[in-house]
Amino acid sequence: MYRFLLAVLRRDLTLAARRRGDWLIAQFFFVMVASLFPLGVGPEPAMLARIGPGVLWVAATLASLLSLSRLFADDHRDGSLEHMVLSPEPTVLLVLGKSLAHWLIYGIPLLLIAPVLGLQFNLSWEAILVLDLSLLLGTPILSLLGGVGAALTLGLRGGGVLLTLLILPLYVPALIFGAGAVDGVMAGTGAEAHLSLLGAFFVLSLMIAPWIAAAALRVSLE
Amino acid sequence: MPDALLSVHDLACARGDRLLFKGMNFALNSGELLLVQGGNGQGKTSLLRLLTGLSSPEEGEVRWRGEPIRGQREAYHAEMVYLGHANGVKDDLNPVENLRFADGLQGRAFDEARAIVTLERLGLSRCLDLPCRVLSFGQRRRVALSALLLAGAILWILDEPLTGLDIHAVALMEGLIRDHLSAGGMVVATTHQALNLEGVIVQRLLVGNVAIPELAVD
Repeated sequence: MYRFLLAVLRRDLTLAARRRGDWLIAQFFFVMVASLFPLGVGPEPAMLARIGPGVLWVAATLASLLSLSRLFADDHRDGSLEHMVLSPEPTVLLVLGKSLAHWLIYGIPLLLIAPVLGLQFNLSWEAILVLDLSLLLGTPILSLLGGVGAALTLGLRGGGVLLTLLILPLYVPALIFGAGAVDGVMAGTGAEAHLSLLGAFFVLSLMIAPWIAAAALRVSLE
Repeated sequence: MPDALLSVHDLACARGDRLLFKGMNFALNSGELLLVQGGNGQGKTSLLRLLTGLSSPEEGEVRWRGEPIRGQREAYHAEMVYLGHANGVKDDLNPVENLRFADGLQGRAFDEARAIVTLERLGLSRCLDLPCRVLSFGQRRRVALSALLLAGAILWILDEPLTGLDIHAVALMEGLIRDHLSAGGMVVATTHQALNLEGVIVQRLLVGNVAIPELAVD
């Protein structure tokens, strides 16, 4: 079981390492979206600090969406998805492995870039720390729920747009609690409540999303 | 019938509103080849996908070792291997890496020496360290066939396995099928090409209602 999970992970990480262009696009997108806001709304430090957490969180959700449409699509096109679904191991593990790989490839770099962008929004060090903590809990949610959307829209024409419409509403709780945690620490009310709820939402997605995505994948392949 | 490893009972398949076939029954034992024939669009691929468990039948069931495959997915998939129209070969990996990941995903330990021997046997000795992206269609098909051999499954389900292969590879493939059957394996295949399969027990199954001329199988 662990060997299978590890094989899925290693495979996706190797493939990502071979196509670094695809991988960088999502990170650049994140930086771009977050950098456009100060240019648009003006340079007042107080205002930037006020909108910073929300903007960074929205940019992170959009960046993760950008890469999600290809979570299963590439493997579907060359037939390897069928081979993986026909393996003796449960499809749930396959989905879990691919979501985890997606998080490692697209989520972790966001955690590393976010503090730099936080400085650009005049966030305090404390706020930046909480921002990263909220992204650490929140980005796996994006990958897990995104797996459901990617499996549902697999093989559909215009699946990318449909994926966005399906998944963005599901991202709302993560966005509210994630940005709320940073707001909380800046307002002095503390981030614990928001972070706990974010953690609960993460556990819930981890328990439910892979099963739904596996079922959706089987339907999409039929 | 109860002894058959693979059996199909009153199988019906529909694509959308259209009924492709119904009331299909057959049984296949070890050492036997089932050649699925029929015109384009008659449901050959749909039948093979039903046999793999990728799609589920409108009516009836597929049984493996006497039990419906639905209830024993893991055990069945461990003994079955499917090669569809798409090769399942990743363009960014070289043939050896492709086989390594294929083995990992099937939960087997990877034996690199054996993988290389198999690839060389299929005529890919000069392509071992090239990404599959630069290989020709037929060469990629050969990589997929190597994965099939390494899978060590009893039942091979092959959808047009000869597409894109040159005459040497077709001859090689005939030999591989013969070896597999004589070792007690089973093959279900669709093909439009003539196959030279001396001494093999061949069952034929016509899918759909369009009669086609008998394929020359000597």
